[in-house]
Amino acid sequence: MEAYLAAIAVIALIYVLLSLGLNLQYGLTGLINFGHVGFFAIGAYASAILALRGVPLVACFAAAAALAGIAAWPIGLISLRLRDDYFAIVTLGFSEIVRLVVTSERWLTNGVQGIPGIPRLFASLEGPAAQLATLAVILAVVVLAAWIMRRIGKSPFGRVLEGIRDNEEAVKALGKDPAGFKIQVLIVGSALAGIAGAFYAHYITYIVPEQFIPLVTFYVWMAVIMGGVGRVSGAVVGAGILMLFLEGSRFARDVLPGISEVEMASIRLGLVGVMLILFTLYRPQGLMGDYTRR
Amino acid sequence: MSLEARAISKSYGGFQALDRVSLQVESGGLFGLIGPNGAGKSTLFSILSGFLKADSGHVLLDGRAIDAVPAPARARAGMVRTFQVPRDFQHLTVHENLMAAAPGQVGETLPGLFFRPAKVRQQEAEIAARVGEILAFLRLSEVADQSAGKLSGGQKKLVELGRALMVEPRLILLDEPFAGVNPVLIGQIMERVADLNARGIGFLVIEHDLEALTRLVPRLAVMDRGRIIAQGAPDAVLDDPLVRDAYLGATL
Repeated sequence: MEAYLAAIAVIALIYVLLSLGLNLQYGLTGLINFGHVGFFAIGAYASAILALRGVPLVACFAAAAALAGIAAWPIGLISLRLRDDYFAIVTLGFSEIVRLVVTSERWLTNGVQGIPGIPRLFASLEGPAAQLATLAVILAVVVLAAWIMRRIGKSPFGRVLEGIRDNEEAVKALGKDPAGFKIQVLIVGSALAGIAGAFYAHYITYIVPEQFIPLVTFYVWMAVIMGGVGRVSGAVVGAGILMLFLEGSRFARDVLPGISEVEMASIRLGLVGVMLILFTLYRPQGLMGDYTRR
Repeated sequence: MSLEARAISKSYGGFQALDRVSLQVESGGLFGLIGPNGAGKSTLFSILSGFLKADSGHVLLDGRAIDAVPAPARARAGMVRTFQVPRDFQHLTVHENLMAAAPGQVGETLPGLFFRPAKVRQQEAEIAARVGEILAFLRLSEVADQSAGKLSGGQKKLVELGRALMVEPRLILLDEPFAGVNPVLIGQIMERVADLNARGIGFLVIEHDLEALTRLVPRLAVMDRGRIIAQGAPDAVLDDPLVRDAYLGATL
């Protein structure tokens, strides 16, 4: 039972990292990034591939963050000339391209068979100790990331981001270039997603392209919307609820008889939609409140 | 800072929005631009401020062509525009709206933010003091901590002016500053503009409200269907039969 709870906690914290990045991009800056999972995948694959070639894990994590961040740069350059809705499509397309690349480039990623045997964190420790150490490290990273996000949110930098979200043309009229800010935000959020991906790879120890479908992006969106757009605490709470929901629906199958695993996946998707609709209708500001109320 | 439009043309499909429009705003001048809806005033404004590209013609700032200079750089050079429909940062407070407009903030770069916190704090204090002065000047101090999105239309126009002032401009382009503003505030905005002009800041004011504009500016140009049809002192211009025809014909 402890192992199960620890596992859920680790996955939840990975979702918190993803949500913090998306919250910076969408909540603060208004960037509709539908391709978050692409950067998550880049981080996971980069770290896994490097680790299996004997690179120390710390360097693997750094590479995961750097590569995911670098990947965001050209996307930013191309897409920042586009309107919001096109940006959303481009990022969605990007994450699908990443998935197709890791599916097709078998020499590097082993294609659909995926990469097994990725080294765990703290492999030298025995049993629960390794689990707890992993949990402690990821928790520390989450706390640091949350602190950085909070700092950004309350800074002059964050103020410009909110200006861009509220009215980009006005920011330009005041002599500031929104493009530069947006690119930085994309890079920071994506680097965070890359780190989340590395944690995921080294925790699950086995990654396949099917784990990096757009649904993951929308889970993160759901966490941000449920928690409260534009709030660091919202990202944390939202990811927590998301985990309860995802794990809870696993047990729902025991209650609802005669539903297969495949059907359950569809039901889960349906429930995601219903929850999002309910939230936007009845609590659009999310559980942790609303950035518009000051 | 002088601004010159030289033979600017712009068309959308078959519609000629601007047809070889030329005008000149002297350094420190107060120049009005009127015309009926659809005359091309806002299009011209967008071209002057770098938000639109002209099909032909040139924009000159202090005698130098700036056609290739993007909008933010034009603002940094000292020419700041406002918008016809106020573009406030609605979720920020009035105070924060102005804070966000201040140029050269160390805290607006990620390295500055995390590695020079003392400098950021010092700058924030300086900027806040300046914001306080400008809000007092515009009589907005009472709403400083309100969300800008909740203000009245006229107050939003003042916030836009305040934000523009934070950039320390030498020339401000005001796009319909009196549209949708109650008469009391119109008087107040005019007073502030005249006051700032007396301190050396130049203005180019687009206005639909003929009467208000003629009280404010010593020189104006009249646009109609993409052309400038008259230019000069308000009285002379308003007596021009072409103007009476175009302007009164369109509004009555």
